[in-house]
Amino acid sequence: MGRTLSEKVWDDHVVVEGRDGEPDLLYIDLQLCHEVTSPQAFDGLRLAGRKVRRPDLTLATEDHNTPTLNILSPIEDPVSRLQVDTLRKNAAEFGIRIHSLGDKDQGVVHVVGPQLGITQPGMTIVCGDSHTSTHGAFGALAFGIGTSEVEHVLATQTLPQGKPKKMAVTVTGALPEGVTAKDLILTHISRIGTGGGAGYIAEYRGDTIENLSIEGRMTICNMSIEWGARAGMVAPDAKTFEYLKGRPHAPVGEEWDKAVAYWSTLKSDPDAVFDKEVVIDATTLTPFVTWGTNPGQGVGLGGTVPSPSDFTDPVERAAAERALTYMDLEPGTKMRDIKVNTVFLGSCTNGRLEDLRLAAEVLQGKRIADGVRMLVVPGSARVRLQAMAEGLDKVFTEFGAEWREAGCSMCLGMNPDTLSPGERSASTSNRNFEGRQGKGGRTHLVSPAVAAATAVTGTLSDPSDL
Amino acid sequence: MEKFTTHTGIGTPLRRSNVDTDQIIPAVYLKRVTRTGFEDGLFSAWRNDPSFVLNTPPYDKGTILVAGSDFGTGSSREHAVWALMDYGFRVVISSRFGDIFKGNSGKAGLVTAIVPEETVEALWVALEEQPGLELTVDLEGRTITAGDKVYDFAIDDYTRYRLLNGLDDISLTLRHADEISAFEAARPSFKPAALPAHTAG
Repeated sequence: MGRTLSEKVWDDHVVVEGRDGEPDLLYIDLQLCHEVTSPQAFDGLRLAGRKVRRPDLTLATEDHNTPTLNILSPIEDPVSRLQVDTLRKNAAEFGIRIHSLGDKDQGVVHVVGPQLGITQPGMTIVCGDSHTSTHGAFGALAFGIGTSEVEHVLATQTLPQGKPKKMAVTVTGALPEGVTAKDLILTHISRIGTGGGAGYIAEYRGDTIENLSIEGRMTICNMSIEWGARAGMVAPDAKTFEYLKGRPHAPVGEEWDKAVAYWSTLKSDPDAVFDKEVVIDATTLTPFVTWGTNPGQGVGLGGTVPSPSDFTDPVERAAAERALTYMDLEPGTKMRDIKVNTVFLGSCTNGRLEDLRLAAEVLQGKRIADGVRMLVVPGSARVRLQAMAEGLDKVFTEFGAEWREAGCSMCLGMNPDTLSPGERSASTSNRNFEGRQGKGGRTHLVSPAVAAATAVTGTLSDPSDL
Repeated sequence: MEKFTTHTGIGTPLRRSNVDTDQIIPAVYLKRVTRTGFEDGLFSAWRNDPSFVLNTPPYDKGTILVAGSDFGTGSSREHAVWALMDYGFRVVISSRFGDIFKGNSGKAGLVTAIVPEETVEALWVALEEQPGLELTVDLEGRTITAGDKVYDFAIDDYTRYRLLNGLDDISLTLRHADEISAFEAARPSFKPAALPAHTAG
């Protein structure tokens, strides 16, 4: 019987096959680390007198806590500063490569891996961060882990894992003008629910996925965790190889040829069996935004805020009631009438060069709406430098937006970039949970195009409204 | 890790679904570099509300949390598990858990007991009708006892075995050190390494 893409990658990493219900022991090709979920893991190693087994397969960057202004001054918040200093000390003690603030390769961990070319097809990649699923866009098996598992991988370069089920998400047809990868994944999450993928690895496939750029595929795979899937993958193709070729850690010469030969085998066989398949017709999609407090509570931008009575399931109805209270929204309100205070363009979901280019194109030559602030936070220092080389920073600042340094920033508000209580944002990030962007803050998840158009009008909008 | 066989304690009904790990512990509490003392961050936004269940005796003394579906979705932060355990919870009962949360719980010693939605509802009703009702969770037999009712729960065999024996995962894996070395020796030469570092200059 044929195998799926995820089964092929899985099988190639089994160190010890689990018997009698035990999990397989998988080899991990790369662990990415950041300051928030690693300190207790390094402490655990020290307590047990253990070393990092493969410092050369470990890469650290500072991103979650880091300020996006004055990055070369000491971090003002003493607790954040201690956490970042702790990562630096741990990296030095255990011999791990780190990209610190001010370094050209610093940035959000899931932007840094791909741009270094160290994220490659067929790898197993883990990080103490649920958006590790991003790397699946290259045909890697990549997933988020907790701190105990971070320690486990540091000590052994392996992880015991029970085999997940397999789901195909097949997307066909051309995306209509103005509809992006973000709208596609937000629509999918609203249909399947935040737990719909629990226990599954997803494979996104079909001509719509094939026609997406690598960065668009990253946006899709990034949000796999928002519908509960452990990982999301896309089969690597010529576009993937083209993206990787010449990057700092891509193989060269004969090694490149060997790698491409292997990577080319990484696709689901025609007779491979999935436990479940979901089919999406891309031609019917529209710009899509969230109204509630989980990523599954979304609606087309042309729609209205739903009423709790629209939900037959009592659990969903109660959740909608709570969400509307928290979001301070009335059922029946047109989404386009919702006024925002803040627009956030950035994050591991939509903080890459294409996202910045798209937004800049929308707002070029316009002025930001009165009373609205817009933060543009590139996903990495290199994205920032490249955007500046293209003059995008000027487009944003002349528009009236704030051009910041790279990091996670307002996606989760661990640094000073937060919403105040009651403030409302249109955000290109991945989570609209209560308080996610700051206590009492209200988040609408949107695409970069919708974020930019919203900054122009002050209410949720897309470029066709301008 | 401490062994877990059976546990009896007050049940706390949390009538909410989709409790993501940002609600269990907001990011602002994640800046610490220690592994204990996260109880103050547990459900911190909701605890400002005097009517929240953890502000309502005797539920504040609960050690078994009964929650709606999709508990622990979202962020991978193991701090969510630590906050629940630091507060005193030993078991969470729900009809479905976020995968990463469930994995983290198994590593840290928190039991995640999966039951049908009807059982969650029945337990909620029992705990609301008899505040302070003690539940008994038997990991060996995979049962929850509430008064004269006994319910089965699911937990995967391997996690159960590790919890029953209080086994540390890393030592278990290190029994396979030779296999790991053999696997490493056979890895394809084109696989990348972070060291020596290459950059685009």
